[in-house]
Amino acid sequence: MTQVSMTVNGKSVSGDVEGRTLLSSFLRDHLSLTGTHVGCDTAQCGACVVHVNGEAVKSCNMLALEADGADVGTIEGQANPDGSLNVIQQAFQDHHGLQCGFCTPGMVMSAAALLKENPRPTEAEIRKYLEGNLCRCTGYHNIVKAIMAASGQDAGKIAAE
Amino acid sequence: MPKDSGIGASSKRREDVRFLTGAGNYTDDINVHGQAYVHFLRSDIAHGRIKSIDTSAAETMPGVVKVFTGKDFEGVGGMPCGWEVTDKHGAPMQEPPHPILAQGKVRHVGDPIAAVVADSLEQARDAAEAIELDIEELPAVLDMKAAAQEGATLVHDDLKNNICYDWQLGEADDAKVNEVFANAAHVTTLDLVNNRLVANPMEPRVAVAEYNRGTEDYTLYTTSQNPHVIRLLMCAFVLGLPEHKVRVVAPDVGGGFGTKIFHYAEEAFCTFAAKACGRPVKWTASRSEAFMSDAQGRDHVSTIELALDADNNFIGLRTNTYANLGAYLSTFSSSVPTWLHGTLMAGNYKTPVIQVNVKAMFTNTVPVDAYRGAGRPEATFQLERVVDKAARELGVDPIALRRQNFITQFPYDTPVALTYDTGDYNGTMDKLEVAADLAGFAARRTESEAKGKLRGLGINCYIEACGIAPSNIVGMLGARAGLYDAATVRVNATGSISVMVGAHSHGQGHETAFPQVVADMIGIDESMVEIVHGDTSKIPFGMGTYGSRSLAVCGSAMVKATEKVIEKAKKIAAHLLEASEADIELKDGQFSVAGTDKSVAWGDVTLTAYVPHNYPLEVEPGLEETAFYDPANFTFPAGAYACEVEVDPETGQVTIEKFTAADDFGNIINPMIVDGQVHGGIGQGIGQALLENCAYDENGQLLSASFMDYAMPRADDVPFYEVDHSSQTPCTHNPLGVKGCGEAGAIGSPPAVVNAVLDALNSGGKSVDHIDMPVSPSRVWAAMNS
Repeated sequence: MTQVSMTVNGKSVSGDVEGRTLLSSFLRDHLSLTGTHVGCDTAQCGACVVHVNGEAVKSCNMLALEADGADVGTIEGQANPDGSLNVIQQAFQDHHGLQCGFCTPGMVMSAAALLKENPRPTEAEIRKYLEGNLCRCTGYHNIVKAIMAASGQDAGKIAAE
Repeated sequence: MPKDSGIGASSKRREDVRFLTGAGNYTDDINVHGQAYVHFLRSDIAHGRIKSIDTSAAETMPGVVKVFTGKDFEGVGGMPCGWEVTDKHGAPMQEPPHPILAQGKVRHVGDPIAAVVADSLEQARDAAEAIELDIEELPAVLDMKAAAQEGATLVHDDLKNNICYDWQLGEADDAKVNEVFANAAHVTTLDLVNNRLVANPMEPRVAVAEYNRGTEDYTLYTTSQNPHVIRLLMCAFVLGLPEHKVRVVAPDVGGGFGTKIFHYAEEAFCTFAAKACGRPVKWTASRSEAFMSDAQGRDHVSTIELALDADNNFIGLRTNTYANLGAYLSTFSSSVPTWLHGTLMAGNYKTPVIQVNVKAMFTNTVPVDAYRGAGRPEATFQLERVVDKAARELGVDPIALRRQNFITQFPYDTPVALTYDTGDYNGTMDKLEVAADLAGFAARRTESEAKGKLRGLGINCYIEACGIAPSNIVGMLGARAGLYDAATVRVNATGSISVMVGAHSHGQGHETAFPQVVADMIGIDESMVEIVHGDTSKIPFGMGTYGSRSLAVCGSAMVKATEKVIEKAKKIAAHLLEASEADIELKDGQFSVAGTDKSVAWGDVTLTAYVPHNYPLEVEPGLEETAFYDPANFTFPAGAYACEVEVDPETGQVTIEKFTAADDFGNIINPMIVDGQVHGGIGQGIGQALLENCAYDENGQLLSASFMDYAMPRADDVPFYEVDHSSQTPCTHNPLGVKGCGEAGAIGSPPAVVNAVLDALNSGGKSVDHIDMPVSPSRVWAAMNS
């Protein structure tokens, strides 16, 4: 066991982990931050996306020890300080960008990373960026709309209602 | 004006807030104090005889609690099948045992052989590697037609052959069918494959079971679409437990699409092992494990023939299908190629003579069962592909040919056992023609051609049969379960309402849509109504959610229970208002005496029900009612879809440029949610048509056992979809007039895509009759260059 320390959603945390413990396991099992989901074992589905030092990372594909000292953000830390949904979360609700909710945390975290680097992405840029996030429920239509809306674009005009 | 609340409003989903903030409660989020973890050692070969299993080394590994093999389950029931199909000679289907852990033989890659329970998952995995297996490999039975031959290797040694049943529906007189085809002016024949799929809800399956030694109660948390069905099957047929001592909870479930209907061995195992080990036991499937243990979908090989007269009227239809059931009968697998498939072969058309033949086969592959649409996509694909081919052969417009043969009089008795209550197929097609701007297609084709691309338009119609019922009829057809549903409307003293429903929401938004109905009926705010689901200790016995049944069946039960509540509340209101019950009206949450200004509010009546001081003596206190609802018939959503593709003639690459769905779902409670259901179905249908394929090699090795090898549709594989559901013929036999919308997209879209690709190729001067799904670039390129 090795001690690992990091900042998660602004709080300092630490724990003893095995070398093989994944960051996703550390978040879910050690910190009980179960909003980060694991939907595959080949880093394909993106349900586990978190932010590590501001970058979108698949936490099932990173060892907890690799995140030692890092600043980690998870879905639990995304809401506004007053607890209300942030712009992206609100857009997902407004545009029905989620159904079963399992891929949703990863989608929201990826969308946040996308909008940080590209504040007004085109439809094609959004679709391309989401290649690493699988959703089985929505056919992606309302996810893309939600992200366009979150970036201040009129999703209704772009996508058929 | 769109409504802002109640029936017909696009109310925002209340469940979203917890899902968007990481506060959902999925089964893998549940950890029980003291839990151990199980890892299943699964067969890595498709077919073999188990000669020995040596677990002695594994048992001494660190952290190991207990190692189980098939021997531990001798005397315990196997996994049951919930539908007995009778073959065309009147004999029951062959129904081989399906043990929890393999006994004697392994029959597919992924068949569980042993299970290690340990303090940690890593320890369980490590110990499983120390189990020594001696398995004699046998030839794998894979090809269905070869498997049906006499002398073929048997998947199950005790069965007479590999044919589960040889089933027929429709015209039984072969001579009569032959005569129709002999007299036809034109016959179109098509051989096709409906590719095997993996449902792949994003949440893999999980089971956590605990046993309370003091009370002798079990609790199973599981990723299920129907917790009561799981409890009944597990208690009555597998483990022999008293139902009242077993609680099954399906909390937030991350998608189902059919594959979480079934009772799986892992659920029974964890429940059994929790008592045997004296500790809670948890199992979480990895995605690779899901690929080899979740029931898979489709996998039909068919030949379909359509006979037309000289005026292009459909006069006969004959289809022969081999349906792959895999190695064992999954819970409802036997019903899929039969009653959920053969009955749909009339489609939207008044074909007078139809004969459906299905041979269901055992093979050394993962079991196959219902996946979104379940039999209906297979039927629609056959029918709509052959209709499209007929139009091309005859040189007629594919829409005109369909319109000419549409059923236009309702109710309509099909030759394949169904009675369509209502529909307007021409009206729905009219909506499609406008919504898809079919008039502008020629110009779009010209634009594509200018870019060096071939553009194709594919049309498809579908009929669906949802809300399978009534129970007495499906019982005669072999169902070993009822297909009603139930709801309890519990009004609290202060007027808020909890509705306990048998339906289960795993993405469908019941927590939002169901309250819209109850709130609308009473005239109170939606936020005063909450739905409780997914826990057998809280809800009445319901059959769960599948087959687009929730609103049509469970919603109807909820309406009936709410009507009972209102009826009783009116009695109390009449007493409070000193009026006759017959004069009491309920509107906007106020009970009033007709023709007067006397009224009493909903909350005053509900409080009186629980504080019955000034109260009618002949009425029981309290305000809570339950209703069970068994529908009189199926519901029949229908639609017309249009897909436009571009094909790159250099590479065979297909891109979906435009996709339009016009559906008739009857009345609609929440249009936003309905749109979302259609989008999702179309996404999966495009996945089947262009990308997805569950592949086995010649030895029965599963080649597509991860997302690296199984091509799931991604955001850049699909376009925005145009969805129109303004064509509405309400269901005639349920109180809401609703039909169901969950599967439509997955049923209607695959043939539309394939028809579009073929239209594109033919527009480019290539004479291509058919390409099997997935219509991959290599297949398109090969078809173009053959």
